[in-house]
Amino acid sequence: MTLAAFEITSTYYLVLAAMIFTIGSVGVLTRRNVLVMFMCVELMLNAVNLSFVAFARALDDITGQVIVFFVLVVAAAEVAVGLAIIVAIFRRRRHATADDLQALKG
Amino acid sequence: MIPFLFFVAAGAALGGALGVVLARNPVHSALFLVMTLISVAVLFLLQDAELVAAVQVIVYASAIVVLFLFVIMLLGVDREESLQDRIPYQRPAAIALGVILAAELFFLAGHEWATGQKTASGVPIQGGGFGGNVERVARVLFTDFLWAFEITAVLLVIAVVGAVVLARRSGQRAEAIDEVDDESQGVSA
Repeated sequence: MTLAAFEITSTYYLVLAAMIFTIGSVGVLTRRNVLVMFMCVELMLNAVNLSFVAFARALDDITGQVIVFFVLVVAAAEVAVGLAIIVAIFRRRRHATADDLQALKG
Repeated sequence: MIPFLFFVAAGAALGGALGVVLARNPVHSALFLVMTLISVAVLFLLQDAELVAAVQVIVYASAIVVLFLFVIMLLGVDREESLQDRIPYQRPAAIALGVILAAELFFLAGHEWATGQKTASGVPIQGGGFGGNVERVARVLFTDFLWAFEITAVLLVIAVVGAVVLARRSGQRAEAIDEVDDESQGVSA
């Protein structure tokens, strides 16, 4: 079978989105650098956006693309506040690893 | 042509995602993130989502990643993190949970009953009465989702004010903290 005979269905996009989401979630769980954990959260958001667009195409409904906008806005707000928190943490102590942040530990 | 583009973009997206997680240096992670974001924008284009693809490149790949890089440079965190975990079994447990999550998601992605029914704004992606992709998105955004759109504006204002308040160095108190910091560093050195 040649490559051109391939039909790319929405399942391909959904599987790709699942892979990116999984990589992102494993990254959040394993990395200790707060900035990189943030980037992994962005990866997960992007995977969800990809599946939203795939569903919009599969169900022929533009709403899926509109939702992506709201996800983008929330991601931007989250990054702005999150990076401000990281800067504030850095001002107090000179590390950005999640293990150092244990002031609330019981 | 479209299958070829799909596989190239998908490979780049996966490679970038792996790079974000595996790169030791946060700057490299951010650059791999750009690679993934632009590949995802290409995948959006392949699915007739031109406006979303453009916004993805403008907002995500430029604005957000530049913000990340700016913070990395500002704070000078471009050094490697220790690989010592506080909980020794954390890394294998995370990978095992990731495998389980991937299996669940693959299972769901392959089954029609999980991928849903058409709910309908009544606005199709292609064909129908009016305009291109931008007009269609705008019509739904400013009619059905108008309330959510307005709330979004409030959310952004709150986020901006919150970021300014958090990142601000408030006069006296910040200096006191700095002194404490300097003392503790002096003791540790």
